[in-house]
Amino acid sequence: MFKNAAELIERAVMKEGSIAEVMIQQEIHEKGKTRDEVLQTMEERLDIMEQAVDRGINEDVESVSGLTGGDGKRLAAYAAKQNTLSGPVLLDAVAKAMATNEVNAAMGTICATPTAGSAGVVPGTLFAVKDQLNPTREDMVKFLFTSGAFGMVVANNASISGAAGGCQAEVGSAAGMAAAAITELAGGTPEQSGHAMAMTLKNMLGLVCDPVAGLVEVPCVKRNAAGASIALMAADMALAGIESRIPVDEVITAMYKIGENMSDDLKETARGGLAATPTGRRLETEIFNISLDRS
Amino acid sequence: MKYRSVFDIIGPVMIGPSSSHTAGAARIGRLARLLFGEAPTEVQIHLYGSFAKTYRGHGTDVALAGGLLDFDTFDERLPESIQLAEDQGIQLRWFEEHAVTDHPNTVRLRLKKGEREMEIVGISIGGGKVEITELNGFDLRLSGHHPAIFIVHQDRYGVIAEVSNQLAEREMNIGHMEVSRRDKGEEALMVIEVDQPVDAAVLTDLEKLDHVIQVAKIQD
Repeated sequence: MFKNAAELIERAVMKEGSIAEVMIQQEIHEKGKTRDEVLQTMEERLDIMEQAVDRGINEDVESVSGLTGGDGKRLAAYAAKQNTLSGPVLLDAVAKAMATNEVNAAMGTICATPTAGSAGVVPGTLFAVKDQLNPTREDMVKFLFTSGAFGMVVANNASISGAAGGCQAEVGSAAGMAAAAITELAGGTPEQSGHAMAMTLKNMLGLVCDPVAGLVEVPCVKRNAAGASIALMAADMALAGIESRIPVDEVITAMYKIGENMSDDLKETARGGLAATPTGRRLETEIFNISLDRS
Repeated sequence: MKYRSVFDIIGPVMIGPSSSHTAGAARIGRLARLLFGEAPTEVQIHLYGSFAKTYRGHGTDVALAGGLLDFDTFDERLPESIQLAEDQGIQLRWFEEHAVTDHPNTVRLRLKKGEREMEIVGISIGGGKVEITELNGFDLRLSGHHPAIFIVHQDRYGVIAEVSNQLAEREMNIGHMEVSRRDKGEEALMVIEVDQPVDAAVLTDLEKLDHVIQVAKIQD
């Protein structure tokens, strides 16, 4: 079992050839399953992700509260009609990330990657770079193993819970996982995957978890948008040969310590940040039809 | 290393909106139901920390109710589970607690049916992964990576040996074991993590042993 990113990368370079393969071998060893079974389980999850993306992009999704829904579809329609400022791949990733998170907010079926609140980033970027890189279905399954391997490093050395570490632990982790997997899918080395993860996470450090009314909607859906775009940017930077000055494991440790220092008001309690703005409070009162004292 | 499987990270497949507050809560509810062994008629639900502050928005209440009805994280009946629980005659009582707990997402469930009562404390540690930290007042430190057998028994000599003999006869290996008791000679709890899957026959045989009161299992 790899303890940190350095061990994961070393094993990929020295032995298994790729991050995805290290994760597949680890899973076979840990659960006593066959390679086919492990790949099959992951492919089923890929199917769930694809269905959620399709639903969010094509259907009119709305959450029970009415706070979110339809923005992924809106962005996709905008990007299809004209030349955009940020370009088709990035906007496709952002639209699909938001779409997935809107399906999640509407109590639809999703696959947590690594959490439900951050479930848009990994599938959003995967199904966007799919058109660019033309991967096989197996390559796409491997993308999820690479994401999972880096996510596991964060989960075991820091946290993937907003209540424990803030949004940096959720969307931050998801974006780092996606960046590493995009890099590998695009032909980058395991070291470059590590740098992509590090550069992504560095840009997510300190991000608080401040959901309005305690709902996984505002600002979660739009933070998935940010996570997807930073992941793509960092993957391109890593593929260009840019390296993180701070090693990825140290970035993860920094994230953990920042999470420890963060006030509980900013860790999924709906007491601080955007949740505590006048509009956040007004929405909360309207949604629950009562005034909630969270002090 | 709390997380060992890639499917803890890429997963679970679930009904939204929150892996820790919805999927994790459903899993804790379901473990409680499993360990109780039957549908309760009343459940007191004490929510702590972030669970207490945001359970309405995250559907934590819905998810706990669904878990208590034995629904999995992706069961499409989850959104209606509070009503379904009521229809089945399960009375749910909610308590928002202010006490500070070790983990921000903590819930204490007290299940009742007739004279029977069970109290369980679960925490949701992120991404849908959960741990049971307390059962009927006994502290637990389960890894959650392997199937576990729970045995409530009278604190008498030989019970632990009998149980381990039964497992040895079936070529089941014990990876981790905890024993705790309220007091000398009183009710005790044995929790055994094993490497092999636990089938129903094992539980039936263990239940027949002298001084064993109740047996339950959770798969990993």
